[in-house]
Amino acid sequence: MAGFKSTERYIASRDLEVAVNAAVTLQRPLLIKGEPGTGKTVLAHEVAEALGHELIEWHIKSTTKAQQGLYEYDAVSRLRDGQLGDPRVHEIANYIVRGKLWDAFDSSEPVVVLIDEVDKADIEFPNDLLLELDRMQFFVYETRQTVAARHRPIVIITSNNEKELPDAFLRRCFFHYIRFPDRGTMEQIVQAHYPDIRKDLAREALNVFFQVREVPGLKKKPSTAELLDWLKLLMVEDLPVEALRSNEKQLVIPPLYGALLKNEQDVHLFERLAFLARRGG
Amino acid sequence: MFAHFILALRQAGLNTSITEYLTLLGAMQAGVADYSVDDFYYLSRAALVKDERHLDRFDRVFGACFKGLESDDGVLSRDLPEEWLRKLAEKLLTPEEMAKIEALGGFEALMDRLRELLQEQKGRHQGGSKWIGTAGTSPFGAYGYNPEGVRIGQDESRHRRAVKVWDKREFRDLDDTVELGTRGMKLALRRLRRFARQGAATELDLPDTIKSTANNAGSLDLKMVPERHNAVKVLLILDVGGSMDDYVKLSEELFSAARSEFKHLEYYYFHNCPYERLWKHNRRRHDEVVPTWQVLRTYGPDYKLIFVGDAAMSPYEISMPGGSVEHWNEEAGTVWLERLTAHYRRSAWLNPTPQRSWGHVRSIHMMRELMGGRMYPLTVNGIDDMTRELSH
Repeated sequence: MAGFKSTERYIASRDLEVAVNAAVTLQRPLLIKGEPGTGKTVLAHEVAEALGHELIEWHIKSTTKAQQGLYEYDAVSRLRDGQLGDPRVHEIANYIVRGKLWDAFDSSEPVVVLIDEVDKADIEFPNDLLLELDRMQFFVYETRQTVAARHRPIVIITSNNEKELPDAFLRRCFFHYIRFPDRGTMEQIVQAHYPDIRKDLAREALNVFFQVREVPGLKKKPSTAELLDWLKLLMVEDLPVEALRSNEKQLVIPPLYGALLKNEQDVHLFERLAFLARRGG
Repeated sequence: MFAHFILALRQAGLNTSITEYLTLLGAMQAGVADYSVDDFYYLSRAALVKDERHLDRFDRVFGACFKGLESDDGVLSRDLPEEWLRKLAEKLLTPEEMAKIEALGGFEALMDRLRELLQEQKGRHQGGSKWIGTAGTSPFGAYGYNPEGVRIGQDESRHRRAVKVWDKREFRDLDDTVELGTRGMKLALRRLRRFARQGAATELDLPDTIKSTANNAGSLDLKMVPERHNAVKVLLILDVGGSMDDYVKLSEELFSAARSEFKHLEYYYFHNCPYERLWKHNRRRHDEVVPTWQVLRTYGPDYKLIFVGDAAMSPYEISMPGGSVEHWNEEAGTVWLERLTAHYRRSAWLNPTPQRSWGHVRSIHMMRELMGGRMYPLTVNGIDDMTRELSH
């Protein structure tokens, strides 16, 4: 069995590897939760690449319906064609629009399906997909046809915890919670993305980064994605390491902080704390 | 094979099902865990736990089942309120030490010291055992207390042996549900959901379409309306500490019931009576305060304001400037309460004490008058009445 392992670009912890391999082996969906920016969506890309499968992405919005992932019957254009006397109107199959899951089920080789941010949708959305994800088949009422998966796809579902998911849905999934990486793992991740970064720069930047994360009351703590963006900026700007170095525990406003702090209130909070620290120190 | 483990998980309040157990066995058979204890831990976690708030409980049960750790009387104790730890710290530390710690820089350091003390205590009392069972004067009472549990550092190395992985109980911060007994409240809170049409027009409005198509001499004219969405916004303000300690559990039940029901749910904490400041995290109430003005500015009048508190205090705490037991308040509690209730169109107070005892406490009477009579008991019926009042 070709298992999933950390790659050069994606550092997966052992528990994540086990969870992915369990989901792949038993052909069950894998539900991934975690802080924003800890690599939930990227995981699907990496799994697809590691297994050599195609990736089909289905991004969920608040208006997305479960049915749209299967198929849609475009009644409106059929009605219009009927009014205009188009001969296409007699064949109902002309108005069935395939969804992402249909594509995945119909694929001649196994694929990875990413259902991204499932919690964005309506509260009933996961329930509507129960049977489809369990049996990997569904029925098209309009054409009286059953679509069954030729190969059970590997389904990876991400959630940001905006809504609770129903129990019946959860029972059918494997679950993994991506924790925020610790310092050691973070160093590996930085190394994986920027192998030629200067050692001292990376060290000081991580110091500042973890210091920023510990500031109490931040609305959005910077996470891995923000750190990587910020490091890239630092490398492009070629800043001297001294600009990052803070003395003792004193807080400094990091250069190019716009990449780390995404919220006006956070920037203000930070400036205020830095000012207090300067005055106190 | 692991039936006792599954039963223990269910006893600890995780609703692990047979389906999930069979999934685990299937995965074992397929060789996912591969004879490694670490992998078995990870695999069973991925298969049996579906909510990060349950991960901590899972770790404890796993530890108890597979390592023979003694469990604390079968009761999985909840996280200790930081308030109690503070009190304990006051008791354990001499004034000189307190002064020294103040100089060292605040509570984080204090917690460090506290942990050291507790570890010493562990050594003396129960040599090598995991839990401290303190008796007598300690505020920890019947609860077992795991000194590792006081979170001081953030994440340490993850690459330690797995036996330690679950012992570290890294997920305890996520355990914020008290799911048992909340079903009834959930039902009542569902009343608060009010359907309102907002957002993009995505649904076909059939009557209007027929009408305009007819007006259009038979050629199709589609009319759309926005879909129904749950648009209720709630600002929850909870009383903690002091006389509310008994009711913290009840309030938490309400809180966990409320969380999934609304479009927006914001919560703040206060002590006894709301004044010019509230706080966002119960645990850090002395470090992170939010000015009440800021709360008023941030959340518009369309939020529904719900206080949860026993309203049991000295009448001065409500009526007099400087009446607060914690700090000097420039303006009296009445002023702030009037300000809050005037700003929010809909507000109510939930009181966890039994309704029949309300008449005996003067401050409850005062608070009820300030709320215009909108004080309800924290029961399913009370919540029902409250939601009816709020959704007018």
